[in-house]
Amino acid sequence: MTVYRIPIGDAIEAGIDFFVTHLSFATIAFSKFTTKGIAYLSEILMFLPPWAMILIFTGLAWFLSKKWGIGLFTLIGMSLIWNMQLWGPTMDTISLIIIATLLSVAIGIPLGIFSALSTTAYRIITPVLDVMQTMPAFVYLIPAIPFFGLGAVGAIFATVIFSVPPCIRLTCLGIQQVPREMVEAADAFGSSKAQKLFKVQLPIAKTTIMAGINQTIMLALSMVVIAAMIGAKGLGGEVWRAIQRLEAGRGFEAGIGIVIIAIILDRVMQQVAGGKKQQM
Amino acid sequence: MAQKIMIEGLFKVFGPHPQNAIELFRQGHSKNEIMEKTRHQIGVADASFTVDEGEILVVMGLSGSGKSTLVRCINRLIDPTAGKVIVDGEDVTRLSVEGLRQFRLDHFGMVFQNFALFPHRTVLQNAVYGLEIKKVDPAERKERGMAALEQVGLAGWEDSYPAQLSGGMQQRVGLARALALDADIMLMDEAFSALDPLIRSDMQDELLALQDKVKKTIVFISHDLDEALKLGDRIILMKDGAIIQSGTAEEILTKPADDYVAKFVQDVDMAKVITAESVMLKPKAMAYYKTDGPKAALHKMKQSQISTIFVRKDKKLFGVVTADDCAMAAKRGDPTLEQILNTDIETVSLETPGVDIIPLLARLPYPLPVVDADHKLKGVIIKGSLLAGLSERGTD
Ligand SMILES: Nc1ncnc2c1ncn2[C@@H]1O[C@H](COP(=O)(O)OP(=O)(O)OP(=O)(O)O)[C@@H](O)[C@H]1O
Ligand SMILES: [Mg+2]
Repeated sequence: MTVYRIPIGDAIEAGIDFFVTHLSFATIAFSKFTTKGIAYLSEILMFLPPWAMILIFTGLAWFLSKKWGIGLFTLIGMSLIWNMQLWGPTMDTISLIIIATLLSVAIGIPLGIFSALSTTAYRIITPVLDVMQTMPAFVYLIPAIPFFGLGAVGAIFATVIFSVPPCIRLTCLGIQQVPREMVEAADAFGSSKAQKLFKVQLPIAKTTIMAGINQTIMLALSMVVIAAMIGAKGLGGEVWRAIQRLEAGRGFEAGIGIVIIAIILDRVMQQVAGGKKQQM
Repeated sequence: MAQKIMIEGLFKVFGPHPQNAIELFRQGHSKNEIMEKTRHQIGVADASFTVDEGEILVVMGLSGSGKSTLVRCINRLIDPTAGKVIVDGEDVTRLSVEGLRQFRLDHFGMVFQNFALFPHRTVLQNAVYGLEIKKVDPAERKERGMAALEQVGLAGWEDSYPAQLSGGMQQRVGLARALALDADIMLMDEAFSALDPLIRSDMQDELLALQDKVKKTIVFISHDLDEALKLGDRIILMKDGAIIQSGTAEEILTKPADDYVAKFVQDVDMAKVITAESVMLKPKAMAYYKTDGPKAALHKMKQSQISTIFVRKDKKLFGVVTADDCAMAAKRGDPTLEQILNTDIETVSLETPGVDIIPLLARLPYPLPVVDADHKLKGVIIKGSLLAGLSERGTD
């Protein structure tokens, strides 16, 4: 007996085909933007010698976090990366993360605002996010290839899809959590929707939104590594190559590099997000 | 005076099917019964009242009686379930979203029970929020914001954040935010509740002084009867969402509509409530400066068995003479009262409250004259009449 097989996979493939042929203008635009962005960023990051960049990163980490410890960790960690001769791949990874995060934030915050302000949007977006977050990360790599081929652009596309949910969710949550009486006060004084959003809701939701961006950065970092499988360069590429060549030592060195970047980004972002809260 | 706010048959029921609850209420069911039957909370039930332009209306009632809900219906922070809310001739319940926004901008200042300050804005930035929304230019905005902060005694705190302030100070920031706007209607939800007694009294005086200068229409929610009596031109009392009595302070105190109101008002200090007018007596006799000499005055006093007599000139209270002095002057043969007349006398007006009368009475050797705005003698107060007034009203 043969049971009718619901053609979910077929439908998705057909969908992807449809988008590949009919949305080429969008994929081309996305391609151009990311390729250019990565090129410029890498150029900027590789313009100065590593020791100068290490000092800049250290200064930046200290300035943003206002903590000596984080500055010191940055100094030692980045020096170690340089010493392990992983400087180039690390800069590649950082530019991928920066581009992917910028895109995720640019997409995530407006969608988060939208879903906080419209119940209909909320009802549609939330289940989609649930699915997106439970889907194994690798799966996103598959559509990336037909859209953008192998390489950095496809990697960024997959990374953005993978890392955008927390940004949407926490932006939405942050706005919903603004105490009712503050929204009432804004209303009572005749604020328009936009005034209410920009003068009251977003500033009060800022800490939560920053936490969302932090999560987005962390997810972007992990995905950028996985995306090495479809040809993204960087530390993930080093790990991937090490796996293929069974070079355990080299693989772990690249892994340590990823951990160092993750810790620096996380600590700095936490301070940026939390520091403002103390003022309030 | 023009009616600024008119509320008619206002209902607010919380829940998905409010009409049922309204129907039950009309059939005479209580708020609790309706809650049990339908799981619907009655916020406001069939409230009707008006507020005149330039008047302070105080809304009183126990916690949960619907005061905040009622006031929120006036500027439609809460959409009424049924009824009319007419402000300046405009039915607020019919306004479009944009129309409502504009209307709030043009008419309302509001102080919130729980302050509702913006935590990310400094004290000054909070104070000027309304002006910012109104697009007042920055220089004027700052000036008005600072003036409002000055008014509430927070000068010097403008760059602090709300979290750095005490509860009372935060409440005053909320007050400044509404004052800076200079709106013609002020909705004040327990605006002074977090203040300590001294500052509270200051703020009440400040509000009354302001009210003397610029006539605002104020709806003021209060838990405190003394505050209501001091501020309110009229008071409405709420219970379970309904208005159970409205009237002037005296009306409510002297003729409580039911036991609930009576309980509410029983512990108020009567001396704060009763006025000179309500305890004064008609003067038994008067002397006329132009026609009465010492002999005539003495005669009048003997006739009405009093020992001092007030003297009138040109229809105005002019002075007082005692029987002893009159007898002396009569012996000397003075033709007029000029030599013995005491023109430096204490007077009180018709509205002077009992508290202010008591100390005067204690010092004066003669009864306390009560005069009107034209300095015409309307009555006199003697110790006995005041005490009688106090005890009589205190017991019923
Ligand atoms: N959003 C709401 N949903 C359901 N019920 C509500 C809501 N807001 C108020 N209520 C109910 O309406 C009634 C009146 O509440 P309201 O806040 O107006 O009282 P109040 O007189 O201002 O009390 P308080 O003196 O404590 O401030 C209460 O029974 C309350 O439970
Ligand atoms: Mg209240």
